[in-house]
Amino acid sequence: MDSKLAYYILKRVLLAIVTVFLVITITFFVMNAVPGGPFLGEKAVTEAVMKALEAKYGLDKPLGEQYLTYLKGIITFDFGPSLKLRGKEVIDIISVGFKTSAKIGGIAAVLAVILGVTLGSIAAIKRNKFTDKTIMVLSTAFVATPSFIIASFFLIIFCVNYQIFPARGDTTAGLIVPIIALSLYPMSYITRLTRSSMLEVLGQDYIRTARAKGVKSSKVIFKHALKNALIPVLTYIGPMLAYILTGSLVVERIFSVPGLGRSFVNSITNRDYTLIMGTTIFLASLIVILNLVTDILYKLVDPRIDFS
Amino acid sequence: MQKDRRIKRKPFSFHLNTADFLLASEEEKAQQEIMRESTSFFKDGMKRLLGNKIAVICIVIVTIITLIAIFVPMFYPYDYSEQLGVIPGKQVDPSYNNLRMFEYGKTELEKKANGEKVFPHIFGTDNMGRDYFIRVVYGTRISLMVGLFASILVLIIGLLYGSISGYAGGKVDLIMMRIVDVIYSLPDMLIIILLSVVLNTTLTSLGGFLARLGTNMISIFIVFGLLYWVSMARLIRGQILSVKKQEFVLAAKSIGASSSRIIKKHLLPNCISVIIISTALQIPSAIFTESFLSFLGLGVSDPMPSLGSLASNALSGIYSYTYRLVIPAVTILLIVLSFNLIGDALRDAFDPKLRN
Repeated sequence: MDSKLAYYILKRVLLAIVTVFLVITITFFVMNAVPGGPFLGEKAVTEAVMKALEAKYGLDKPLGEQYLTYLKGIITFDFGPSLKLRGKEVIDIISVGFKTSAKIGGIAAVLAVILGVTLGSIAAIKRNKFTDKTIMVLSTAFVATPSFIIASFFLIIFCVNYQIFPARGDTTAGLIVPIIALSLYPMSYITRLTRSSMLEVLGQDYIRTARAKGVKSSKVIFKHALKNALIPVLTYIGPMLAYILTGSLVVERIFSVPGLGRSFVNSITNRDYTLIMGTTIFLASLIVILNLVTDILYKLVDPRIDFS
Repeated sequence: MQKDRRIKRKPFSFHLNTADFLLASEEEKAQQEIMRESTSFFKDGMKRLLGNKIAVICIVIVTIITLIAIFVPMFYPYDYSEQLGVIPGKQVDPSYNNLRMFEYGKTELEKKANGEKVFPHIFGTDNMGRDYFIRVVYGTRISLMVGLFASILVLIIGLLYGSISGYAGGKVDLIMMRIVDVIYSLPDMLIIILLSVVLNTTLTSLGGFLARLGTNMISIFIVFGLLYWVSMARLIRGQILSVKKQEFVLAAKSIGASSSRIIKKHLLPNCISVIIISTALQIPSAIFTESFLSFLGLGVSDPMPSLGSLASNALSGIYSYTYRLVIPAVTILLIVLSFNLIGDALRDAFDPKLRN
């Protein structure tokens, strides 16, 4: 590892830390602009009760001090109690919901990468043939379709009209349609990405050399071409996981999957401010970290990229 | 032609070449004739754009949808917030709620029996007795408006920020771009949701003019103005930087062209295609974001409809009234897909550098 790469990694890590810090700060101060503050909400209580509550949550202290306390809490994964769900800590709600969401999102991501790379490679190999055109038209359509529309149509087709799968995502069978709905957009995106990078790689000299040497066509594609064609796909993994995380908000709502997305949407409608804050910070940090990891991986994998 | 007739001569002699003064032949005259008009950059691009079948179909679709959204509410007999069957001081007539396509309410059926003409409810009514067709049309209007104005907002901020940063260069550029880096790495959807939640409650409590305008709409615009301009600014900065370094700008500078002339005559015309294309692609993304927020219940507030909120509300009655979800969903799909394809076609037509 040379010093340039180390410098790059250091710079990216610093940027990530600044971003996470900024998200926490924005979340805290923006939420404090809510009338009544995030910790009390719109509860109508007597003055004495209000005083007691303020003392309990430390709201009588100046805003700066409250901010520091909140910051300290986050470092120890303490996001405070939920406002609307009695007796539950925000972090518990997040961890329970995230288990389901991570399962769906993880499967969707793996599905998207495998199918996307396969379809993209097929399209590139069969360039300008019928197969290529069909794949491209479909992937263009799916890339332009908002996730909640895909999910709604899936709900109508699979769960209402034909009733192949249950419409509620509480059971394992009910998770199949949400996973497909969630993976379609990234899959189509990866298909397009793989196709264009594959075409570029297939036009390069070393592929011609390999072919001229008499290497089998399947070996040229799998061993020589695919390896380099996958580099741009790698850069998309971070944004893809971010997309799946935010996309799960609507998909989980539509299919009533008991995940983090649904609890987040519910907390928005319930105005459960502490839960909104906690989930925002959690998801945002996750996205920032995932982007950081993909960026560094990208630089490690491809030595041609400069670090300026 | 000319060359053949030229007799050899010494390069610096004043000897005139008599062959240059011969009468032009018919062939030479024909060469001078203007056979077709010269094409400008714009005409050339338009020709290529209109030659793209998919783009033309998409432009027609968007035009039809826009015209419907603008003009139909003007003469349509029902209003988007009008609850049919509800007359102040009278008992509510529930026969108007949840009508299916082309069905009529009780009093309307009586009217029809008397030979009066009643305008049909093309898509039926919703659970509060509001005509669904006009709600979809109105929702489309809102979505298109949000898309257009948000894109213009993004364009203005991005253009100013990006061109200042690109033209100034040096330390100013460095600092401005670090700010952009940080905003760019913020997870936009989450911050949008957060800001909408807070802006909704704060603006409502402030009341007055802002609240009447529709707090959700305002929060959407504020969010766009705060977050979405960064990629536009980056794009314009990059474009300005690359054009600034080109030889023709140096040439213009060397013959003494002023800064303002260079910006007006050289920098902007070379950036304009990129600007137009990315603005066109911004519209569907804004519409998408608005419908996403409305779908989560953070978009425009009831009774104002938007395509996202209509789809969201339709989810509860999906088993019996599936078409209520299908109609707004298909409309969003058409709008977003068409704008995306138009944007792609614009890029192919107007950006010569990207053309293969």
